[in-house]
Amino acid sequence: MRQEGILQHTASRLLGLIPTLLVLITIAFFLIRMAPGGPFDGEKILPPEIRANLDVKYHLDEPLIKQYFRYLGQIITLDFGPSFQYKDWTVNELIARGFPVSLTIGGLAMLLAFFLGTLIGIVAAMRQNTAVDYSIMGVAMLGISIPNFVVAPLLILLVAVYAGWLPAGGWDWSAQRMVLPVITLALPAIAYIARLTRGSMIEVLHSNYIRTARAKGLPEYLVIRRHALKPALLPVISFMGPATAALITGSVVIERIYSIPGLGSYFVQGALNRDYTLVMGVVVFYGVIIILLNFIVDILYAWMNPRIRYNEAQ
Amino acid sequence: MNNSVDIQAEDAFAAAMIEDDIRGRSLWVDAWHRLLKNRAAVISGIVMATMLLLVIVGPVVSPWEGDFTDWDNTSSPPSLETGHWFGTDSVGRDILVRTLEGGRISLLVGLVATLVSLAIGVSYGAVAGYYGGFTDRIMMRMVDIIYALPFMFFVILLMVVFGRHIVLIFVAIGAVNWLDMARIVRGQTLALKNTEFVEAARACGVDHNAIIRRHIIPNLLGVVMVYVTLTIPQIILVESFLSFLGLGVQEPMSSWGALVNDGAQDMESAPWTLIFPAAFLTVTLYCFNYIGDGMRDALDPKDRL
Repeated sequence: MRQEGILQHTASRLLGLIPTLLVLITIAFFLIRMAPGGPFDGEKILPPEIRANLDVKYHLDEPLIKQYFRYLGQIITLDFGPSFQYKDWTVNELIARGFPVSLTIGGLAMLLAFFLGTLIGIVAAMRQNTAVDYSIMGVAMLGISIPNFVVAPLLILLVAVYAGWLPAGGWDWSAQRMVLPVITLALPAIAYIARLTRGSMIEVLHSNYIRTARAKGLPEYLVIRRHALKPALLPVISFMGPATAALITGSVVIERIYSIPGLGSYFVQGALNRDYTLVMGVVVFYGVIIILLNFIVDILYAWMNPRIRYNEAQ
Repeated sequence: MNNSVDIQAEDAFAAAMIEDDIRGRSLWVDAWHRLLKNRAAVISGIVMATMLLLVIVGPVVSPWEGDFTDWDNTSSPPSLETGHWFGTDSVGRDILVRTLEGGRISLLVGLVATLVSLAIGVSYGAVAGYYGGFTDRIMMRMVDIIYALPFMFFVILLMVVFGRHIVLIFVAIGAVNWLDMARIVRGQTLALKNTEFVEAARACGVDHNAIIRRHIIPNLLGVVMVYVTLTIPQIILVESFLSFLGLGVQEPMSSWGALVNDGAQDMESAPWTLIFPAAFLTVTLYCFNYIGDGMRDALDPKDRL
């Protein structure tokens, strides 16, 4: 029964993704088109004939609504079109070039945040209301409060410029160039996950079944590992969706500061240069990732939480 | 917290109250006393009050103007002799005054954009919650859809599209930040409208408007206030983020984000241009978060995060 319930829930959630995607594409499309100026309004003023030809080539002469439906048709075939700004590049190629970089940093930051965050949170919960707990939570609050665009320059200044241990930026897939960006990106997530884990762990540790486990003489680390960990991690799991969104947003800044050729840097450049197709491509691409991750997190949460029932109606 | 001490303090307080005269303590008074016991929140409150005062009065009493370029002291380190306590940037502008003026913008954006999101979120959530049924389902489905969108990208798009005017920053950030508020208010309203005291009011023949005004809204305020304090730092952060990317406020106006951006460019030769604005920004966010946390503990003791 429960399995079926989860399957049904999954199917209905999958269907629900479609309107979300449509709204995402629609808002992004019309928003960027409302912007004054177009991709060909550069520093060089083009002769009107050439301009007209360019407009025809990219279908910019058509009514907006027709362009919109043309774009929808295009996107169904996963074709994001050519980039206006990077000549001879399609948006698909740019995404294929930038995304692996962003994914590597983001993925590593996420892993680091998950393991370190939960570990710190558990330690704080086990030492609740001691000096250890207070200092961990104070530092965690700092981690949440200090913006990553402040952390990044400070880290560069201290670690790269003054100490000279690591390069200040750039990208060549080497570990030493990944360390600073990954740490910067992971920091707020570590702090947030630590706070979440601590809060839920404290609550779980006060429940009756934990008292039972202790009463039968289980050592504390086994109590945590076998009984308390899974329920205590539930809020962390549901935070993973928003955390991904935050990491992606953060990567926009991180990639700029550390001069990393990821997708986020393309987005900012594209938005400033009215590169319609590139901006749309990145927004839709990242939008799909965030939506899908939220979906996976939701399913995972349902699967992990025995208290959720889907077949109440039956 | 040390429980026994807490209870004693509580008792002493109660005893004092009884000796004075017997009078009911409202939820607000209770919450206020709980907040005052939270040392982190109280210290944060004092720091924020000082910060607010500095930001408002500082630029007025300072001998320097924010856009005055002191050509004798460009990129000079902090010193008392030159009169530039926080040093100057590469064109000789006083960092202290610029930091304080930037703080005005940052705090103003934080407050105004929060009010925008408050207005949208509370009315949307209250309507959805109070009317319920089909209206509620459609309205909340819309929130769900918007919730899944990459919000920061939309703020960036909005800034690019509508230009970088300060009023638009308020609206753009506020307009995408109301979703949480709407959800929270709706949930509260749903719970409240089925409570006995609302039912009693209805039985007495009080009309809908009066019920919302006199019974629902006052009971929402606690949660809303907690959320507002937690929203302000978020919005200050978003604004700084935009300004850092060069999409926020424009010169000669400045905000902490823009100053951090400027400072990050000169940090190797003049680290003070980065450190002071960054410190002000971080301290502000830190304090707001602590105040928000303290308010949550005070007003909603169930939530123990």
